[in-house]
Amino acid sequence: MNIVVCVKQVPDTATERKLRSDDKTLDREAADGVVNELDEYAVEEALKLKEAHGGEVTVLTMGPGKATETIRKVLAMGADKAVHLSDDALHGSDALSTSYAMAQALKKIGFDLVVLGSESTDARTGVLAAMLAERLGVPQLTLANKVEVNGSAIAVQRLTDYGYDKVEASLPAVVSVVEKINEPRYPSFKGIMAAKKKPVETLGVADAEISADQVGLANAWSEVVDFAVAPPRAAGTVVKDEGDGGAKIAEFLASKKFV
Amino acid sequence: MDDLLELDDQLTPEHRMVRDSVAGFVTDRVLPHVGDWFEQGVFPARDLAPVLGSLGMLGMHLEGYGCAGLDAVSYGVACRELEAGDSGLRSFVSVQGSLAMFPIWKYGSEEQKREWLPRMASGEAIGCFGLTEPDHGSDPAGMRTTAKQDPSGDWMLNGAKMWITNGSIADVAVVWAQTDDGIRGFVVPTSTPGFSAPEIHRKMSLRASVTSSLYFDDVRLPASAVLPGVTGLKGPLSCLTEARFGILWGVVGAARACLEAAVDYARTRVQFGRPIGAFQLTQEKLAWMAVALGQAGLTALHLGRLKDAGTLKPRQVSFGKLANVRAALDIARQARTVLGANGVTLEYPVIRHMNNLESVLTYEGTQEVHLLTLGKALTDLDAFR
Ligand SMILES: Cc1cc2nc3c(=O)[nH]c(=O)nc-3n(C[C@H](O)[C@H](O)[C@H](O)COP(=O)(O)OP(=O)(O)OC[C@H]3O[C@@H](n4cnc5c(N)ncnc54)[C@H](O)[C@@H]3O)c2cc1C
Repeated sequence: MNIVVCVKQVPDTATERKLRSDDKTLDREAADGVVNELDEYAVEEALKLKEAHGGEVTVLTMGPGKATETIRKVLAMGADKAVHLSDDALHGSDALSTSYAMAQALKKIGFDLVVLGSESTDARTGVLAAMLAERLGVPQLTLANKVEVNGSAIAVQRLTDYGYDKVEASLPAVVSVVEKINEPRYPSFKGIMAAKKKPVETLGVADAEISADQVGLANAWSEVVDFAVAPPRAAGTVVKDEGDGGAKIAEFLASKKFV
Repeated sequence: MDDLLELDDQLTPEHRMVRDSVAGFVTDRVLPHVGDWFEQGVFPARDLAPVLGSLGMLGMHLEGYGCAGLDAVSYGVACRELEAGDSGLRSFVSVQGSLAMFPIWKYGSEEQKREWLPRMASGEAIGCFGLTEPDHGSDPAGMRTTAKQDPSGDWMLNGAKMWITNGSIADVAVVWAQTDDGIRGFVVPTSTPGFSAPEIHRKMSLRASVTSSLYFDDVRLPASAVLPGVTGLKGPLSCLTEARFGILWGVVGAARACLEAAVDYARTRVQFGRPIGAFQLTQEKLAWMAVALGQAGLTALHLGRLKDAGTLKPRQVSFGKLANVRAALDIARQARTVLGANGVTLEYPVIRHMNNLESVLTYEGTQEVHLLTLGKALTDLDAFR
């Protein structure tokens, strides 16, 4: 099975994340780049599927040059090779144009299954899997907390508020995973050494047959109009129970329109 | 906590991946339990060894035979993160990789390597290193354990070793003994008749680590049990140089854990209406601790680079072991004062590290022995005897 796992480099959630004042895009230089956490689960699932069914796992990352560190980590976890979609023309792409660019790259790579995390910790749109599936004309199986492949049939448990739905489709398909699905492995030392020698192909927009007028900040359908630094958290309200604690809490919740 | 010197920015992406893998393992699998292990005086080696093996931590700096073949700085960074968990954990990995696997890898026959190294790298087989004896610690040259070859070619091993890490849990012991040709190393399966290894109890340091005596009562070994590649004290001493390199990095991790605990505590513990970290005396302590930690980290990185360049000298390893263990112990003791009464409980990592470091100060060459090594390097005068 030919599996492509989409991995994004995001700013470390443990550090202070900022938008750039000039073009209101994410300031990728300000924070350490790490593998988007949910994508680690996607990688783990892809590796497990490969271990069970054979085949190959290719990493696809769209991002600036700095994202190579993220790619190496995923290769160290055990992926076989990587495609780095990187071009200045892609800077500032929104979800819609990102899905277009990624779909073009995926068509070029070829796949039986595309696996990705259900959202990224920076933009948090959570729509890429659905958009990719539409663009590629294949079934989407999103929010999976269990994946089973049997020949060309694929079945997932789709996490819902009330439990899970069983969703079945046939390959090729796009799957997005949630964090309950598995426990991502740490890169082993042998994996880290081996990753140095694994092939990473860099694609620009022309290589992936992406029209530059459909990507990038200038062509984005959504726009960051303005942003402000979040105000420091105000001190909490302490309710002292003098026999009327319950009433006071209800009053507080009502004042915030929670009840 | 802020890494004031931003030393880890000097590391390559591979080094950082090594760091993150080990730190992740320590956070998930060690820190939640290590206080209990210490209190109970146990180390769950059989549970941890396969996990350590699958991550590639056992014999990580050796090439081939199932080993990962990392560079020296990676090896150091891994030891640092392991010892940020516990010195006992790092000791387990040091003994397995540098004291038991290294001599087989470096001085062993092809047969010995094939028999032991892959299983030791995976964590299936555990090794120990027997040099110290009840009456010969700092002065191992006078060891009394003997190996005599009989006309059939078999070796007969007799004597005793003491303070042997992993002794009672080992599948194989690398034992150094006097022969007619001088000191030789032997690869001894611990199932051999006449071998016994009772555990040493009542330690107040390195409690999450197994320490044992080894007894050899007419242990008969085939001619092929001797390590063919080395004769004389330089055999065991070269192993110790490898392991000490891991120690001089490792203790930086223990010291960092202590400083982190102290900084955290100083920011949150309120006395006289202010966090104790707002008092100048506390800040002075924290500042000196951070300076000592940064210097120890620099020393480790420098020596790591020398080792990768192939020029690291044993006296430089003595420098690092002496300086960094001393610094770590001072940091641990200062941190303990910052935590007040909480500093003496296992709810916080500090007293555990502090007590552990007392062993680290003594094993692999005591502080005094390394002082004398540096003294000799400076004066060309030997003050050992
Ligand atoms: C927890 C633990 C684990 C250990 N694990 C191992 C292991 O796996 N394998 C192994 O072989 N050994 C191991 N050791 C033993 C360790 O290496 C020895 O304890 C160490 O070499 C010191 O020897 P000693 O205890 O006999 O002290 P001694 O050599 O008797 O020294 C006692 C004191 O005298 C000082 N001294 C000795 N000679 C001189 C001198 N010439 N000038 C000035 N001062 C001197 C020493 O520095 C020390 O302060 C371990 C020890 C501990 C505590």
